[in-house]
Amino acid sequence: MTNKETSPAGNGKPKLAIYWAASCGGCEIAILNIGDKILAVDEAFEIVFWPCAADFKYEDVRNYPDHSIDLCLFNGAIRSSENEEMAHLLRQKSKVLVAFGSCAQEGCIPGLSNLTSASDTFRAIYMDNPSIDNPAATLPQTVTTVPEGELHIPVFYNTVRSLDQVVPVEYVIPGCPPEPPQIWAVLEAIVTGAPLPAPGSTVIGASHLAVCHECPLEKHEKTIERFYRPYEITPEPGLCLLEQGLMCMGIATRGGCGALCPRVGMRCEGCYGLLDGVEDQGANMISAIASVVNVGKPGDDEAELERRIGVAMDSIVDPAGTFYRFNMAHSLLHRVKTGNNGDVQNRGSETA
Amino acid sequence: MSEERVGVYVCHCGTNIAKTVDVQDVATWAAGQPHVTVARDYKFMCSSLGQEMVEQDIQEQGLTRVVVAACSPHMHEKTFQGACERAGLNRFMFEMANIRELNSWTTKDRESATQKAKSMVRGAVERVVHHRPLDMLPVPINPNTLIVGGGIAGITAALDIANAGYHVYLVEREPSIGGHMAQVDKTFPTLDCAACILTPRMVDVGQHPNITLLSYSELEQVDGHVGNFTVRVRKKARFVNEALCTGCGDCIEKCPGKTLDEVFEVGLGYRKAVYKPFPQAVPKYPVIDTESCIFFQRGKCKACELVCPTHAIDFTQKDEYLQLQVGNIILATGYDLFDARTIPQYGYGRLANVFTSMEFERMVNAAGPTDGQIVLRDGVTPPKSVGIIHCVGSRDKHYHEYCSRVCCMYSLKFAHLIHERLPDTEVYNFYIDIRASGKRYEEFYHRVLEEGTHFIRGRVAEVTDAARMPGEEGKLIIQAEDTLIGKQRRIPVDMVILSTGVQSRHDSHEVAQLFGMGCDFNGYFIERHPKLDPVLTMSDGVFIAGACQGPMAIPETVAQAGSAASQVISLISQGTLMMEPIRARINPDKCSGCRICNNLCPYHAITFHADRKVSEVITAMCQGCGACVSACPSSAITGAHFTAQQVMSQIEGILWDVRETIPLMAR
Repeated sequence: MTNKETSPAGNGKPKLAIYWAASCGGCEIAILNIGDKILAVDEAFEIVFWPCAADFKYEDVRNYPDHSIDLCLFNGAIRSSENEEMAHLLRQKSKVLVAFGSCAQEGCIPGLSNLTSASDTFRAIYMDNPSIDNPAATLPQTVTTVPEGELHIPVFYNTVRSLDQVVPVEYVIPGCPPEPPQIWAVLEAIVTGAPLPAPGSTVIGASHLAVCHECPLEKHEKTIERFYRPYEITPEPGLCLLEQGLMCMGIATRGGCGALCPRVGMRCEGCYGLLDGVEDQGANMISAIASVVNVGKPGDDEAELERRIGVAMDSIVDPAGTFYRFNMAHSLLHRVKTGNNGDVQNRGSETA
Repeated sequence: MSEERVGVYVCHCGTNIAKTVDVQDVATWAAGQPHVTVARDYKFMCSSLGQEMVEQDIQEQGLTRVVVAACSPHMHEKTFQGACERAGLNRFMFEMANIRELNSWTTKDRESATQKAKSMVRGAVERVVHHRPLDMLPVPINPNTLIVGGGIAGITAALDIANAGYHVYLVEREPSIGGHMAQVDKTFPTLDCAACILTPRMVDVGQHPNITLLSYSELEQVDGHVGNFTVRVRKKARFVNEALCTGCGDCIEKCPGKTLDEVFEVGLGYRKAVYKPFPQAVPKYPVIDTESCIFFQRGKCKACELVCPTHAIDFTQKDEYLQLQVGNIILATGYDLFDARTIPQYGYGRLANVFTSMEFERMVNAAGPTDGQIVLRDGVTPPKSVGIIHCVGSRDKHYHEYCSRVCCMYSLKFAHLIHERLPDTEVYNFYIDIRASGKRYEEFYHRVLEEGTHFIRGRVAEVTDAARMPGEEGKLIIQAEDTLIGKQRRIPVDMVILSTGVQSRHDSHEVAQLFGMGCDFNGYFIERHPKLDPVLTMSDGVFIAGACQGPMAIPETVAQAGSAASQVISLISQGTLMMEPIRARINPDKCSGCRICNNLCPYHAITFHADRKVSEVITAMCQGCGACVSACPSSAITGAHFTAQQVMSQIEGILWDVRETIPLMAR
């Protein structure tokens, strides 16, 4: 694999950077999952920064001329000052910056911590976690004084943001993680010089239709009495999961994955995110299912209607984690208000 | 978008708005807002001068969008759209901010009302710049009309429309048309014989070439929209072949099955199993009631079949379903009477000689079960004293808070009729107020006063047969407070008449739902405007007439029926109708075929193409309600004039002074 000695001065090949901010690492594995085509990537690109796979330092990147990186695949959300610093740096050095994967696109699982505060997140991780024994209540400190001097670690922000909430991005490749064939399709298009759509947070490597379009299960008019969690029922094969009461997010989720989950009887969790023209994936989903939940008809006894609405509602466990599992940070909700006086504390610079 | 030139006009509405909102301040402020070219305030924007101001500004200042901050769009949206159009601007380049109903009328706080007015104006401005020109949709009008209900309202409207040369389907669920009016003896205050004035019109309906009378039929389903409704009617089996029956009545005469007539004679008389509700029934064909028919119950008899000279009896007849195409619908479904049993202390159903007003109507009717004799429940004894209790179920927060508007007058009529038939009988009227506000009503009240009827002002506490004082034995004692003398009184009488009020039909909610319109808390259909559009509803092409809209007497009912008929005739005569283009549209390139929208359209306007796996909105059937737009998880459905961009911009605008932006791109 290319190493830093040869970069960035050039062998004429376009330069590629891949970076990992607040994410699980799945996106990196997804890139490797394109299989032996990774050799073709190495063939076509000069890799100038990929901390996961090769030894580069931030300092190297700082020393590159501005806009010298042709393509930067940036996965992970912006959760710390380090993430943010790298977002700005890579923006400055890259011609084309791509929000790669759900975290960079919309906050993904890290974004769910926008439902709480950074200090509560720390408390959960370092104190309340059943596998932690921390009698001194030691928490990470931004600045620590040791005999040798001051130690600094990145600031942990109160609010998780998507990449395009911090810097402009040309393209977005959705998915948690993006499916390897889609990754390869994008890289291949870039390598072969195929025309790309106009930049501006433009989604590439995915469908412009919802998952249902590529889902082979049979769909009917929908009326749903209540919802079930996957362990509660064995879905009828061949039949739309949502109709059977499984909260399949496929109707409100961008396709491109090939409907992998519903094909095997597992509800779509929504990882490919919202469709073009949609303001808020979770809100669209809630609005859609509210329209097909069968709780009676207008004019029915009010108390009975209310009871049946209650039954349907109670069958939706963890609504935030269901409807906003991937898109919380980029949704209209963005984050909850915290603090006793109801003040919004959503400034990205606030710390734990 | 940035080059849009918006004119903002803030209306004082006399003092309706200006009293609470600092309209000058709003206009001055608006002038400085983005996109706004000119902002003015004016006393009455809806006046011709106000409209001319808008037209002049469009032409001279080159406005491309107009915002009027005034009353509800229900009131004047069309007015200002017209002004825009006259000045050469598409009518949809206009937005109204309702700073009257939604603002000045809701508060006395001038400062916050002014602030709210600014927010609403800003919302309207930020919305209107995203408006797109739309064209009205021409829709041809089917000249046939459906009228539901064959009482005096339905009869009047049917004749008016039929006489104008258009076809009418008149659907009545009872075997005969005529409604409540056919049960009544005399009409107040003129004491006209109700049957004498009603039956000729019933006959006209029965014979009119432009009227298809569907009696003993019920409405099952309504689809479509103004100009083109499809309705399904269930014609209940009469077991009498109408094509053969001559209405001779031999079957009725020979029928051995006799049963209490709970409907027309309100339980006071009997009818046969094969019957007409009353002799002058229209149509003349009888029906067989399977509940009381010996053949249907025990499998033997068929006396009617035997005697019928034209072999019209058909025991195998089945319910028939008819599909009708109509352009307009008039609902004239009438009212129900308040159930006197609801008030147990008045003793109806428990004390034999307590009668309801409808029972008394039938009794006093010469064609009724007692041949017009006023007698006690034993059928022979004339009462020596009668107490008439007003407001039974009306003007009472336990039952109906409203005034039923007819009881005072028919109670006075009863008093008069009793004096006329039984001159020696004492009549007591127990009333709260005498409401005699119609033409020649007050004069009638005085006439009854002079005839010697006693009037006791106060609500009756109870009717009892428990005698406490001498002279009360064997009598019904009416216990009431006489508020004019401030004393409790006990009046012993032989007969009590409960002047029961009117209430909405028991199934009015279901009917309203069938037509996609609303009922008020009391179950009466909601008119489009209580003053100016009393016979229109919020559903275009659906009109209401008579007591289904609220309690009313015959003259108002007839007036409303005529009004509804003229509305229908004027629509039909236009031939085509320009419909609002505010419709939903599914972008087939964005539809994933998930089918969420398929069964939520209240107008059945969405169809699914299984071959292409996309759904489609049928424009002509769409009413623009937006249910599918908000439900579509792919946002593949757009509501014209209510696009996500337009709505979101309006929200952003309204929140102009409080909005917080997510710290995008910022550190």
